[in-house]
Amino acid sequence: MTFRVGIAQINPRLGDLPSNLALYEEKIRQGAKEGADLLLFPELSLTGYFLRDMVPNVALKLSAPEIRELKQLSRKVSFVAGLVEESSDYRFYNAAIYFEAGEIRHVHRKVYLPTYGMFDEQRYFARGDRLRAFDSKFGRIAVLICEDLWHPSTAYVAALDGALAILCPSASPLRGIAEQQLQDDNARYWELINRAYAETFGLFVIYGNRVGFEDGVGFWGGSEIVDPSGQRVAKAKYYDEDFIVGEVALESVRRKRTMAPLLRDEDVDLTINELMRIRERPSDLKEVQRLKGSRDKGKKSSRRQATDKKKR
Amino acid sequence: MMVQVPINVALLRQILVSFIRNEVEKVGVRRVVVGLSGGVDSSLSAMLAAEALTPKNVLGIMMPYESSSPESLAHAELAARKSSIESLTVDITPQIDAYFERFPDADQKRRGNKMARERMTILYDHSARWNALVLGTSNKTELLLGYGTLYGDMASAVNPLGDLYKTQVWAVAEAVGVPEVIVQKKPSADLWAGQTDEGELGFSYREVDRLLYLMVDMRYSRSELVAAGFPERFIDEVMLRIMNSQFKRRLPVIAKVSHRTIDRDFRYARDWGK
Repeated sequence: MTFRVGIAQINPRLGDLPSNLALYEEKIRQGAKEGADLLLFPELSLTGYFLRDMVPNVALKLSAPEIRELKQLSRKVSFVAGLVEESSDYRFYNAAIYFEAGEIRHVHRKVYLPTYGMFDEQRYFARGDRLRAFDSKFGRIAVLICEDLWHPSTAYVAALDGALAILCPSASPLRGIAEQQLQDDNARYWELINRAYAETFGLFVIYGNRVGFEDGVGFWGGSEIVDPSGQRVAKAKYYDEDFIVGEVALESVRRKRTMAPLLRDEDVDLTINELMRIRERPSDLKEVQRLKGSRDKGKKSSRRQATDKKKR
Repeated sequence: MMVQVPINVALLRQILVSFIRNEVEKVGVRRVVVGLSGGVDSSLSAMLAAEALTPKNVLGIMMPYESSSPESLAHAELAARKSSIESLTVDITPQIDAYFERFPDADQKRRGNKMARERMTILYDHSARWNALVLGTSNKTELLLGYGTLYGDMASAVNPLGDLYKTQVWAVAEAVGVPEVIVQKKPSADLWAGQTDEGELGFSYREVDRLLYLMVDMRYSRSELVAAGFPERFIDEVMLRIMNSQFKRRLPVIAKVSHRTIDRDFRYARDWGK
């Protein structure tokens, strides 16, 4: 299976759904023209990133007319959209939705919401609780949003769940100037991760970042498609709008996994057992809870003894 | 290894030019006005803006007072010529003197602040006349040290230099072609003859930039800073300056009475809808 993936490296308007939806339409048309089968849009690119109190104003239920419109657009080209999803119990998720053939085929809700330094996501968004690969007409793939991918466990789970490609919508701010570096620190780190995951897990990493500025914070762009041997299939400009299309040949996943069958050899049980042990390991906090718990248990058991006596 | 303030002029230049273009154009204007003092900060801001918006969309305004050094004005004109921008001179002497005739005992500090704020009103007036934004020129060193006048030279709509230490400003200025005589001279607020920033602050920019970089950007603790070779008195003095000037970097304190108070639980980006 070989298919063509496009990445729309756009500069959306903060909090302006109609204009961003129009931008989506334009890019989907461009994708169709350039022969893309699948198009990746950046994280929250239908709404803008630093939304803060705007979150509830731009959130979309899956029944919203904008979502219907996106479904229609996916008849031409399949795509991953980045938006705020509102659940039926009024939670707001930083979500990426995969649209294919007029339908929603997958919703990924960002699991790791950065809330440190310049980020404040957990203040505004509910946390996703699922990591799932899913079947698309191109094969099994996974969508992970930005910070999700900074946790190796997400890529690990996606790979074990059968993903042949990870699509990562991102809104990654440029920061950190170092000497002798053509790009900022963040760009350097992302490129390292993308390549490491592609090679380690033997899959395609399709990374779509945005550009533009929000309140002085720039996004560095540099979207890319990295194949399982760590080679770049396509690379977008840094710090500027761009639209790239690259070929994803799943044959190269097969070739890589034949040469280095790391996933085949992966011992899931071993990992699970060790993780269970680590989960149960008494940390200081857990130790305190344990001691408190055992005291309570002691009380309970003496009560039980008392009632037992009565019974007798 | 001694940690230094990182210098990467090519990258900084690219980011700052694109920042100016993005943040100005999204507001729906194409122009900026900038106060030209003849110093390196305003010269660099003007040159970056000229690169971002083309020179015809940048207006540099010189606003000397009668005691300002003629050299400053000459340098400001030089920077305007070098960047091919429009320029305009507004002598602020009459409006300053008219005011201080009523308060003749005002000290240097009051006079200096008043001049900075008069200049601000002129820049904002011309930004309205010309449908432009006011371009800032304060760098990270002076913002952190509080070495600027609140609502005076600290006032602007977009500031490309606010996250650059003076050391970085010098390097980028040199790279974009700010005339050498401006880059090389000693920084001064030019309020009286012989005044220099470094003389007033009591330390050099290069020294304090390295300290600030480690303290602020790299989050070194006090003991780590001492181990890195900084005198304790210097560390404490700088820390105190940062703390005591925090008010200059924030909106005025608002008494909270409602459920949604501006900037506390009414939180929107400035680029709201843009």
